[in-house]
Parts: sequence; structure tokens; C-alpha cells
Amino acid sequence: MAYTEDELKKELETKEYEYGFYTDIDSETFPVGLNEDVVKAISKKKNEPKWMTDWRLDAFSTWKSMNEPEWSNLKYKKPNFQDISYYSAPKKKPSLNSLDEVDPELLKTFNKLGISLEEQKKLSGVAMDVVVDSVSVATTFKDTLEEKGIIFCSISDAIQNHPELVRKHLGTVVPKKDNYYAALNSAVFSDGSFCYIPKGVRCPMELSTYFRINQAGTGQFERTLVIADESSYVSYLEGCTAPSRDENQLHAAVVELIALDDAEIKYSTVQNWFPGDKNGKGGVFNFVTKRGICHNRSKISWTQVETGSAVTWKYPSCVLKGNNSIGEFYSIAVTNNFQQADTGTKMIHVGKNTKSTIISKGVSAGKSQNSYRGLVQISPLAKNARNFSQCDSLLMGNDCGAHTFPYIEVQNKTAQIEHEATTSKIGEDQIFYCNQRGIDTEKAIALIVNGFSKEVLNKLPMEFAVEAQKLLEISLEGSVG
Amino acid sequence: MLEINNLHCQIEDKPILKGINLKINKGEIHAIMGPNGSGKSTLANVISGHEDYEVTKGSIYFKDQEINELSPEERAHEGVFLSFQYPVEIPGVTVTNFIKTAINESRKSKGQEEMPSSEMLKKIREKASLLEIDSNFLSRSLNQGFSGGEKKRNEIFQMAMMEPELAVLDETDSGLDIDALKIVANGVIKCSNENNSVLVITHYQRLLDYIVPDFVHIVMDGKVVMSGDKDLAKKIEEIGYDWLKKDNS
Repeated sequence: MAYTEDELKKELETKEYEYGFYTDIDSETFPVGLNEDVVKAISKKKNEPKWMTDWRLDAFSTWKSMNEPEWSNLKYKKPNFQDISYYSAPKKKPSLNSLDEVDPELLKTFNKLGISLEEQKKLSGVAMDVVVDSVSVATTFKDTLEEKGIIFCSISDAIQNHPELVRKHLGTVVPKKDNYYAALNSAVFSDGSFCYIPKGVRCPMELSTYFRINQAGTGQFERTLVIADESSYVSYLEGCTAPSRDENQLHAAVVELIALDDAEIKYSTVQNWFPGDKNGKGGVFNFVTKRGICHNRSKISWTQVETGSAVTWKYPSCVLKGNNSIGEFYSIAVTNNFQQADTGTKMIHVGKNTKSTIISKGVSAGKSQNSYRGLVQISPLAKNARNFSQCDSLLMGNDCGAHTFPYIEVQNKTAQIEHEATTSKIGEDQIFYCNQRGIDTEKAIALIVNGFSKEVLNKLPMEFAVEAQKLLEISLEGSVG
Repeated sequence: MLEINNLHCQIEDKPILKGINLKINKGEIHAIMGPNGSGKSTLANVISGHEDYEVTKGSIYFKDQEINELSPEERAHEGVFLSFQYPVEIPGVTVTNFIKTAINESRKSKGQEEMPSSEMLKKIREKASLLEIDSNFLSRSLNQGFSGGEKKRNEIFQMAMMEPELAVLDETDSGLDIDALKIVANGVIKCSNENNSVLVITHYQRLLDYIVPDFVHIVMDGKVVMSGDKDLAKKIEEIGYDWLKKDNS
């Protein structure tokens, strides 16, 4: 039968996290707790040079003096940072020659996720640097990339093999003391990805990393650094899923993008970490700092589809330092049950003739709270800066919330700023209309949400768009009221 | 095709239909007329299975099967189509994408494969030209920013695409100027044949000049108070409903 509100609520409650399983891989895990010795031990474990160890220690001492921010529109129990293990690596680290050498348990995990490496390689030509519990275990397409001089590897490898690049750029966009979580990440990051595109090179394929959180009680602190040298281009995809867990898992990643003159970076994310169960128990705490810097005539484009995590705190931003540079932010954030998201962007206009576009789509269902928080800042030197912002919210049912916090700071009178916002609700009349055309309620919701999100979905690379569409459907099944 | 027996229905405990009887055979066009609030639109919604309307008594048979318990989408799969009086907007979903989804969902329910794109495209072109719809229109978001006339034309376009066995047209003439009315009516006529049936619900006789009904029923206060042929509609147009009220009381 077609829906009634109660029926749908029931359906929604029984909807379990699709990827909720746990892979039994032997891990080497540090005991819980965080102090200077732990930071040193992480660095030692990874055989890092002294400058890196010192960098971490400096970040750690900064972090100790900071307080966890409280300005967000989020309510959660603060994590006990002494109750987390800061290092966990698969014990049997396979060599990178072929997939056969990868732990079969791990391959099974990928198969369950439907992201088998073989398939990915064959079908989409995507080179992947797979991160499971902080350490990269397989890297593909390396040769093709090497030919072009592109470096795509784990950040640990980059510290070993390209220390000059890492040292020059690490922490230049997101300084160690930028914020509480960024400082923590700087001190204890275990691994992550590094990418360098040389001058004038157009990266021939989408670069992709799949992240997974796998150890109970293990915080994950990824560090990503992408450098696009002059006149280069790269499209980077980041997608994540995690197994279900009872205790909250902390995730505090830092992503830094550097687009030198005339370069372009497209950074796309599909995030599907465990959102907690229907009672709001468990789920990932996601505190991410993502920022890119644009030099002259360069462009950075962030696209994100956020469906997971119990708590999301994330503002992928652009510092438009160079003249004529462009920043873009396209986002879909979906919250259901007791999920909370406080997400948006910052567009900092410094250079002349800089342009930014913000398209944010929030979908809230269940008892969730979904906030957009965005800053558009035009500095005194940013002549003829332009911004267009559009924030749309879609509500399902009567128990969820959508909030918009736009901050606009203009210090140059030549600026042109536009802000549009809408809030709508999926109506019973829309559902009935679809039903009458033979489209059942689940499919109708998917259709309506996809229509609502279309402007953002269109910005994703093709194979990612399909995955993202599926995710939207999974996240919202039966959630209209 | 459709047989309604002693149908009673209420919405939020307020009785609206109080014993409707109606029988529509294959190939027939029926019209239902009646004053505001008589229950015409309710009847359309009940036939399509809208769950806000509670059937308290009576039965609806469609193709000799009782459909009281079927969901709206199941009825649609069986071949019931409702042209809405107020079609809803679905932003970001194009007319083409919507009709494609609708057709394929119905096919899926019958265990059929999705319609191949080439066939779909051909059909869309054919039906669009029938209703003088240009291709531009098909890539617009469903009903968003459509004029009244465009909305109704879009309803009939969907009807033409879905080829239902029973089409219920709820106030399809409202909001149409005379040219649009002709196009829409013409579309309905071209789609109707000896294997399907049409139920036209209207306020005015105007539409019935173009879609000529075999039978006309007058509904007042939740009941069919009189049935006749197309001349009955003309009489209503001339002298209104008041004489029926007196007759009926």
C-alpha cells in the first residue's frame, strides 16, 4: 500500500546501515592515550625524518593549549582524546606488486562494498590509493602516472621519497594551529594521500582513494596534500564507507589543496560513514578541515555528497589569493535519524577579479539537524570580486531541522554578492502524484531528492555520480512524512 | 471496465460520497458533472486510491477485479490514469525523465524489461507532436513554472505515453484557453479507442463539445442524481443545477 506517515517511520527505523560489517584483519594497534611519547612513537613507526617529528611535536604542543570549539550547531558528547588509540595498521603489509598479495580478508571487504579493485581498474580506469586503517595497502596505475611525472602515493611514502615537496607545502594552507582538530591531526596523522601534478600536465585519469575506518576505538587522522603545479589539471575523488560500531569513532582529517598559477583542481567526495543507528547510538564523528589555495588564474572546485557520520563538521574552503582565480563549492548533505551536520564553505577573496560559486543542498529526514554555514569574505584588495550563493533545504517529516548561517563580510565596494535560499518539503501531494503514475513511494523519494540535488550531482565525475545517486537512495529510503 | 457499486467514502470523518453507482464499459466515454463540492474530484481520487479518502462502504471493480485494497501505484500498473486538476511540481526532474521512470516502473511491475531508449524516444516524439509539444518543453522540470495550459497538456501527454485503459480527467479544462482546450481535447480523442475508457470530470459543458461523451452523469451531494446523454450536459449549461436540487429534495 502507499505510504502513511507511521508506516514510513517504521520502515525507516528498520533500515540498517548497508555496509555494516566488520572485517577481521590482524592489526597492530597502539594502546589508548595521547602524549608526547605517542606522537614520537607514531613518527618513529613511520621512520620519519627529524623535521617531521618536530613538526608533529610542535603541533601537539599547540593542540594542548587549544580548546575544542563549541560554536557549531551540533550537540554531541565530546570525545575523550585519551580514550583513543592513535595508530593502527594492518599487520601483514602486502607488497604493492599485485592484488594477489593483498590480504584476502581485505579483498572480501572491498567486494562487499562493491568496489573491488579489479573491477574498478577495468571499468573506470581509476587509479586508487587504498587506505584501510591508516596505511596504504595497494596502489595501482602508478606506472602510467609516473610516465607523466605525476606523483600519487601515500603521504608516508611522500615524506620518505619527496621530502622537499612535503616540507615546502605541508601546513601552508591549513596551518598546524588553524583549529583544534587540525592541530590534533597535524600531531598524530597516521597516513593519507599525496599528489603532485607537474607543470603543464593534465592528469589523464581520475585519482581516487577509498578510505575505511576499521578498528573499534581507533581514531582516524588522514592527511591529504594535493599540489597542482602551474597550468596543470587534476580531478581527485575521495569516497568512504565504514563498518557499523557501537562506540563513536572520531575522524579528524585535513586536506590541503594547492593550485599554482593557471592550475585547476577538482576535488570530489562521497562520504558514507556509519551514521549511527535509529536511536542515535554510535556513528562516526567527522571533524574535517579542507582548504585550498588558488594562485593567479587558477581554479579549485569542491564537490561533496555527504550522507554518513553521526556528526559532521566540515567546511571545504577556498582562499582566492591570486588574481582572476575561481573557487567553487557544490554540496549535498543528507541527514536522517539522529544525524547532525554543520557544513558549508568559506570563500576568501583576496585577489582581484576573483569569483566564487556556492551551491549547497541540504536534505533532512527523521530527527536530524542539517545546517549550512558559509562565509563569503571580500578583502579590501579584492577588486571586482563576485560571489553567487544558493542554499536550498529539503525537509521530510516534521521532526527534522534545516538551518542556514550565511556570513558575508565585504570590505571592497566593487564586490558583487548574491545569495539565494529556499526551503521546501517533500509533499504528500508529490508522492501521490508519483504513485498515481505507477512509481512507488521509495522510488518517488529517490526521484524527488535526485531532482533536488541535480545541480550538484551533475558536477561529479560520471562513475561517482552513479554511486552518489545510489547512496542518496539508500540514505533516505522510506523517510518521507 | 469500471464498475462502482454503492460507494461511500469520507475524509476525516466527513462523508463525501454517499452511494455512487457507475458502470463504464470498454470504449465508452463518460462525463461527470456537478456543482462545487458535490464530490466529483473525490470520486477521481478514490478511483486512483488516494489514501486520505476512506472507503466506508461499497466497492470498485476494475477489469472485473475489486481494487479497493490496491495501492495507487498498483492501480496505475493495472491501467488507471488520473489527469490531475492541480498537477504538482517536481523541481529538477525533467518531463522526459519522469515519464520514462513511470513507464519503466509499470513495466517492471509486470516483469517486463525496461523500454529501450530508442523506442522510448520514438514514442515521446510521436506523442509530443500529437499534443503540439516542442522538445524544449520535455527537458524542463516537471510542471515547474508551467502555465496552466502547459500543465494540462503535460498531463494528457503522460496519458498518451502510458496508454491507460481507464483515463480519469479531473477538471482538465480548467485554466485552458480555447486553443489549448482544442489541442488537449483532440489529444484525448486520438488516444481513445474501443479498448479503453475515459471518465471526464468537468464543471462546464464546454469541454464536452470536443470530447463528446456517450453518457453524462450529474453528481450532487455525493450521489449520481441523474444520467443521460450529451444533451443532459447542454441542458445543465443552459439552466444550471437548481432544478435537480428541487427534484431531488
